[in-house]
Amino acid sequence: MSPRFEPAIGRYLHLDLLGRPHRLYVEEAGQGIPLLCLHTAGSDGRQYRGLLNDARITANYRVIVFDMPWHGKSSPPAGWENEEYKLTSRDYVRMILEVSAALELDKPVVMGCSIGGRIVLHLAHEHPEKFRAIIGLESSPKVDPYYDVSWLHRPDVHGGEVSAGIVSGLVAPTAPEEGRWETLWHYMQSGPGVFKGDLHFYMIDGDISDKLDTIDARRCPLYLLTGEYDYSCTTEGTLEVARRTGAEATIMRDLGHFPMSENPEKFIGYLLPVLEKIRAGREASAA
Amino acid sequence: MLDHLAARVNGDANLVRRGRFVNTSFLIAIDNADHIVRIEHGRIASVTPGPFITPNYAFALRAPREAWEKLWSEKPIPGFTDLFALVKKKLLRIEGDLHPFMSNLLYFKGVLAAPRRGAAVATRSGGAA
Repeated sequence: MSPRFEPAIGRYLHLDLLGRPHRLYVEEAGQGIPLLCLHTAGSDGRQYRGLLNDARITANYRVIVFDMPWHGKSSPPAGWENEEYKLTSRDYVRMILEVSAALELDKPVVMGCSIGGRIVLHLAHEHPEKFRAIIGLESSPKVDPYYDVSWLHRPDVHGGEVSAGIVSGLVAPTAPEEGRWETLWHYMQSGPGVFKGDLHFYMIDGDISDKLDTIDARRCPLYLLTGEYDYSCTTEGTLEVARRTGAEATIMRDLGHFPMSENPEKFIGYLLPVLEKIRAGREASAA
Repeated sequence: MLDHLAARVNGDANLVRRGRFVNTSFLIAIDNADHIVRIEHGRIASVTPGPFITPNYAFALRAPREAWEKLWSEKPIPGFTDLFALVKKKLLRIEGDLHPFMSNLLYFKGVLAAPRRGAAVATRSGGAA
């Protein structure tokens, strides 16, 4: 193999986030409509490598991926050693808006998976005017706890390995081995207690069931893509969101909970038509 | 259903390596049929069918036969691809001292994937189960 660089550029963004100084790792590739991507709980922006490297997407979209604080190459804020990380709906919404503002994005498309797929529903509820379109991957209104999350953060269990073990079955059985294990590797590298802290939002604080009916996909186009093998954010959950909001939902064959990293090629086949629709909408409104 | 369990696990060098620190006994219940699996250094030393009078094991996985059959089918359908999928559906109950199980979760998922029909030896270690 001859050596080559990928087109993506990674940089550190210094900004105040939730009232504290942060140093956030941000990758981007492409030009055009900004597409702000949100990774899953306990993982990081590497999940979107397939998109950052796909010329069919980057020809018309500026794909931007940031590692949330505590995740990937974004460190926790100073003083983290004296606090317990717990993600809340309020902080998560603020974080996305503040990052978008810091990057001076003009009505971006926001796309998130799992916890990201949930928070975009909160964005659709609270701030639809700020986004050109919203894409929820593995979106569901709520997920009740189905195991004791304290196993994810205790000194006598390896946090990375147990986190990967928890999510391993959420990858579709039909996923290529390389995509499966790359996805799990990201989980193995998460910081202590970070996955557990994200699940506070996912399983407790982020329940949006009682607000779904007030989301109106006519105010901001809402697209939902969910893998058929996802038993955490179920296809039933996604279809419920679609029914109550007017969103357009597609159930993706041969994909699980991590479509963009477990099987990027298969996922991009589902994503491209959505991105084309959004682009056509912009051209129609500009005409 | 567990006829090939020991041969498949012990024939998977990567899976045995993943479980090299595991020394425990656990129980698999298929309906009311109990089996105690003894593991030594990641290898299955024995699979002993019940009934037992005083069974000695660290933890148990109990599910109806139909749930195990779906999990172990050659191409499991959505919702039946993983131990935790069955837990979420309340079809599988995992009870007892869970520390050996949770601290070696990828290993045990590999072990519990081994009975899958058509599963070849030395593949899918730690994958969906």
